[in-house]
Amino acid sequence: MASIKKHKSTEMGLHDEVLTGRTQQVFFNPEEGENFFYHDAHKVDFNKRTEIDANNLECIDINRKINELMAKGYGTIVIKNPGSKHSIGVGILNKLNLIIEGSLGYFGIGSVDGPVVRISGRVGWSCAENMMAGKVVVEKNAGSCFGAAIRGGDLICKGSVGARSGIDMKGGTIIVGGDAGAFTGFMMQRGRIVILGDVGPNLGDSLYDGTIFVGGSIKSLGADAVEAELTDLDIAWLKRKIKVSEIDKKIDYKKITKIVSGKKLWNYDNLEPTERKGAI
Amino acid sequence: MCGIAGIIHKGKSTNVGGEMQKMLQSLKHRGPDSTGYALYGEGESNNYILRFKVGENVKEGSSAVMEDESIYKDRVGQVNEKISISGAELHKEEQITPYSYRYVISYDGDLLDLAKQIESVEMTEILSLGKSLELIKDIGDASVVADQYELGDFAGTHGIGHTRMATESGVDIRSAHPYWAYPFSDVSVVHNGQLTNYWNNRRALEKKGMRFMSTCDSELIAVYLADKIRNGIDLEEAMRGSLDDLDGVFTYLVATKDKLGMAKDHMAAKPMVLYESDDLVALASEEVAIRTVLPEEIDTYDPYEGEVKVWQA
Repeated sequence: MASIKKHKSTEMGLHDEVLTGRTQQVFFNPEEGENFFYHDAHKVDFNKRTEIDANNLECIDINRKINELMAKGYGTIVIKNPGSKHSIGVGILNKLNLIIEGSLGYFGIGSVDGPVVRISGRVGWSCAENMMAGKVVVEKNAGSCFGAAIRGGDLICKGSVGARSGIDMKGGTIIVGGDAGAFTGFMMQRGRIVILGDVGPNLGDSLYDGTIFVGGSIKSLGADAVEAELTDLDIAWLKRKIKVSEIDKKIDYKKITKIVSGKKLWNYDNLEPTERKGAI
Repeated sequence: MCGIAGIIHKGKSTNVGGEMQKMLQSLKHRGPDSTGYALYGEGESNNYILRFKVGENVKEGSSAVMEDESIYKDRVGQVNEKISISGAELHKEEQITPYSYRYVISYDGDLLDLAKQIESVEMTEILSLGKSLELIKDIGDASVVADQYELGDFAGTHGIGHTRMATESGVDIRSAHPYWAYPFSDVSVVHNGQLTNYWNNRRALEKKGMRFMSTCDSELIAVYLADKIRNGIDLEEAMRGSLDDLDGVFTYLVATKDKLGMAKDHMAAKPMVLYESDDLVALASEEVAIRTVLPEEIDTYDPYEGEVKVWQA
């Protein structure tokens, strides 16, 4: 059982509940790390490589095959002929080198924790939704809600993305080589978004926290989003991340615009860092 | 949810019926209740093609009222009489289902007068009236409807279609898409989304004399565009105006005799994936529909919020 430290919000009668059971404090106790594991996580060998031809398979069969191959220790899996089918490559909870030769439909690579995924084509709506960790690289364009609610990892689109990229994002990094649509970073709560092209209206609307960097023009800012000073530390981070993203584009870093939340959310900003994780 | 799709070939006629069937069948999961096609074919020697129904499909799942089929013949007789009274000449008469007909007629008067005459017959609704448009809609998935109406070999330059998940109105043909932009020949609309100022707009348009056959919000788009065209406004300009005048979340497709257009609301809340090459444009709620006619790797993208695009056949 853990109690929450007394501070101003509890004096106001907020957040005075006592957390019990599997609280954030217990969850993040490194001494109990062995108690936390995924049942479907596998130890794989990246040198063991195999292919799946998805041509005549339903998405559930493709995902089942991926899981079976990982259970056999395959660490590099190539999906051929994905045909823009939906929900391919979801729920991968271990390290894996996943190569998609083609395009994915909706909700591809969702709820993953650890794999490195390369997609040679395009992705539909909500690619990598809820990603916890890993790296996803999309060579062409992406649909709307790219990286919705991701909590960690690097999500990269070398082309352009639709509306509401990074909606409800809680951590991690999204990097887009091209343009982005309306409501990018809508209700974003943590993490960073980098758009190297132009951005549509209502950027960062209802932004709680996190940072958005834009290389091109911004059609309009949403409620609560404000421009902030771009620091040398920001530029150093951007250079490092964009290099990792493999986006080959000439960038004038000093012209990048930095957007943050201009609104202090009382209950949110007064929480301790571990408590914030519980809040989001 | 609903699924919409469209394809237009630039400067050539192909098996657009078969293409649309494949695209719409792949979107069945977005709308299993009814399917509709607006196909633009080669026409009938400059005569009008009239598609109409005199009753509803009352099979399982339908919300339409059951009627004795014998009444349909009587209604068709009345329609024939009205066509004759209007000064139109009937050249070809095909019964497709017990309640659905395809006529070829010649007529040089006001289409609104003719349409009013025909629709004065009880339960009769014109699905389309045009020189190249053939609008077919019924209960069932894309393959069921295509087989029933023999659309698999339909040749033409372009088409739009819809798979409907009934939400705010019943499962029947009158609530199925596409909608003909009454009373303009060869204009049709399909829509995915919800319009939140439907009744305000409907009342205003009804006061101007425009007609509504259903309570489906999507019909409003067709009637709205018809009203604008009636007032001499260009299709693309009318579509741009719709983004401000229609409230809600929507993506819609509109087709005319030689054009196909798309519009997406300011929130970009409804999906649309687009592929464009020198030869054709294909677009759908999901890329998986486009891939049924273009299986090779292609570059597609999502149009942005507030975008209006129109392509020429």
